[in-house]
Amino acid sequence: MITKPIHTRLMYLALFIAALLLPLYVPDDYIFQIVIMSVLYAIATSAMNLIIGFTGQASLAHGAFFGIGAYGVAILTKAGISFWVALPVSALIAALVGVLVGIPALRTRGHYFAIVTLCFGVIMWILAGNWIELTGGHNGIFGIPQPTPVRLPWLGEIEFFSQTAQYYLALGFLLLTLFGLHRLIFSVFGLTFMAIRNNEPLADAVGINTFTTKLIAFVSANFIAALAGGLYASMIGAVSPSAASHMLTFNFLIFVILGGIATLSGAVIGAFAIPIIMEFLQFLGDYRMLFFGALLVVVIIFFPQGLVGGLRRLNQRIAVWRQNKVSE
Amino acid sequence: MELFLQQVFNGIMFGSTYAIVALGLTLVMGILNIPNFAHGHLYMLGGYITFFFIGTLGLGFWPSLVLTLIVLGLLGVLMERIVYRPLTDQPHINAFIAAIGALIFLESLALVVWGPQGLRIPNPYPQNFELLGITIGLQRLLVIIGAITLIFGLHVFMKHTILGTTIEAVAQNREGAMLNGINVNRVSAVTFAISSATAAVAASFLSPIFMLSPSMGAILGMKAFIIVILGGMGSIPGAILGGYILGVIEALGGGYISAAYKDVFAFGALIIILTVKPTGIFGKKEA
Repeated sequence: MITKPIHTRLMYLALFIAALLLPLYVPDDYIFQIVIMSVLYAIATSAMNLIIGFTGQASLAHGAFFGIGAYGVAILTKAGISFWVALPVSALIAALVGVLVGIPALRTRGHYFAIVTLCFGVIMWILAGNWIELTGGHNGIFGIPQPTPVRLPWLGEIEFFSQTAQYYLALGFLLLTLFGLHRLIFSVFGLTFMAIRNNEPLADAVGINTFTTKLIAFVSANFIAALAGGLYASMIGAVSPSAASHMLTFNFLIFVILGGIATLSGAVIGAFAIPIIMEFLQFLGDYRMLFFGALLVVVIIFFPQGLVGGLRRLNQRIAVWRQNKVSE
Repeated sequence: MELFLQQVFNGIMFGSTYAIVALGLTLVMGILNIPNFAHGHLYMLGGYITFFFIGTLGLGFWPSLVLTLIVLGLLGVLMERIVYRPLTDQPHINAFIAAIGALIFLESLALVVWGPQGLRIPNPYPQNFELLGITIGLQRLLVIIGAITLIFGLHVFMKHTILGTTIEAVAQNREGAMLNGINVNRVSAVTFAISSATAAVAASFLSPIFMLSPSMGAILGMKAFIIVILGGMGSIPGAILGGYILGVIEALGGGYISAAYKDVFAFGALIIILTVKPTGIFGKKEA
């Protein structure tokens, strides 16, 4: 069992309380909207971390599955189906597509897998832009209904029309995702993911069914990405092909890498920190992406473990330093 | 019949571009094992630099082509030195991510310097002539001739010069080459220079025909990857053949089935082929 030291647990508790109380101190609606988007991106990024970070398979179709979720919810709710039916149905469709794509794609390894998934991502993006009858073409779909109110036995009706309610809905999904991923990754089954990442032939040799394990990781990641996409569609109220594009995949990749690959907190930190940094760098205009491109290269060369990895290294240095001091 | 011939001609022209761009990529991928995902973006930058020499400085087409070739060659060396060399012993995915960082950088660089609107270079050879009932633009013909010349030149370089055979030696066995006193780092730099310079040539030839835009490198880069994988990593004939096949498939698919989905044919073909043979048509057993 992996246990965290007490100060780390306290920090998580403080973060959790800060997240719960966020609507009380958020300065304005604009920032609030960015925070809500960050929560949704954090869900998708955590899922991407499962396949890239923990299983070591560079799936570059993640944005496409986010898009399947978004378009699925958009099309189904516009057809009059309740959001609460449309969301799981879209996610299941994404999972099914994930199985269909995963079975051929996961036969390939390394760069090949990255290219195949990227090609699939581009095909989905072209489809989203050109299949006008279904997706509305390059204009996308507008006027997607917001999540329908839920009637609970004792609490009465819960509506999701205000930003605050949507924030808690998104936060609920994020916590659920993180809880699920935590249970998965730190289980014996989750360890097989990392075994495949570290040495696939060895994992195969000790009796792990590497193909099925990779497929499960891939499909789970796509399912969660589609959930995030579905929430995104109904909260924004519109989808366009950019919600399914490879640029979105690259954004998720930036979040994962800069936050810290293969750490649960890294994906979340990346998804929150980067959009906020982007807002602060708004004055740079088009130079912003120039900066991020260079930043990505620098981080992968000098801090391949990202922000969380850097903090961990710092933590270890401090621990060593304290130990040396005690022993002197 | 005329439509068919016209599409085949266009396909061969596109195929020439694909072949040259894929050729550069296969050198870097097969020989240095670097997934230079930003290769298409080097091509894009080549187009803009040609525009700079022709449009801004007012030079002629041929001097601009040579200057673009030199600038891009130097840029390739720089990229290898700054982005990829520090990652030599890291996991493969790191080089891949660095490449994505590099492509975002190059694309936004073009956006910042030249703006998002499409730019056009005046066509130095606007003449057309008729042959077998199809219209052939002189510049388009030049693309094909230029590509064939370049492919031939590169073949002579790789097989009949010491530097070329050195590159082949590194491709066959990196450690063995080092033991024989080959400076692998210098070979890497030279390979990168050749790879980017070939992309620049393709861009210079094609830029008078099509609009330049910062995003044009992404799709071309992906297609080059497809060709390299289909043709087998590091296989030069594979890249050339793959380039022409893809060009013709796309032109025919775009002409007869649907122009909007012409890119889908290329990407779909890759997925199908890799499903059957996970390491490419001429690929080695294990990647």
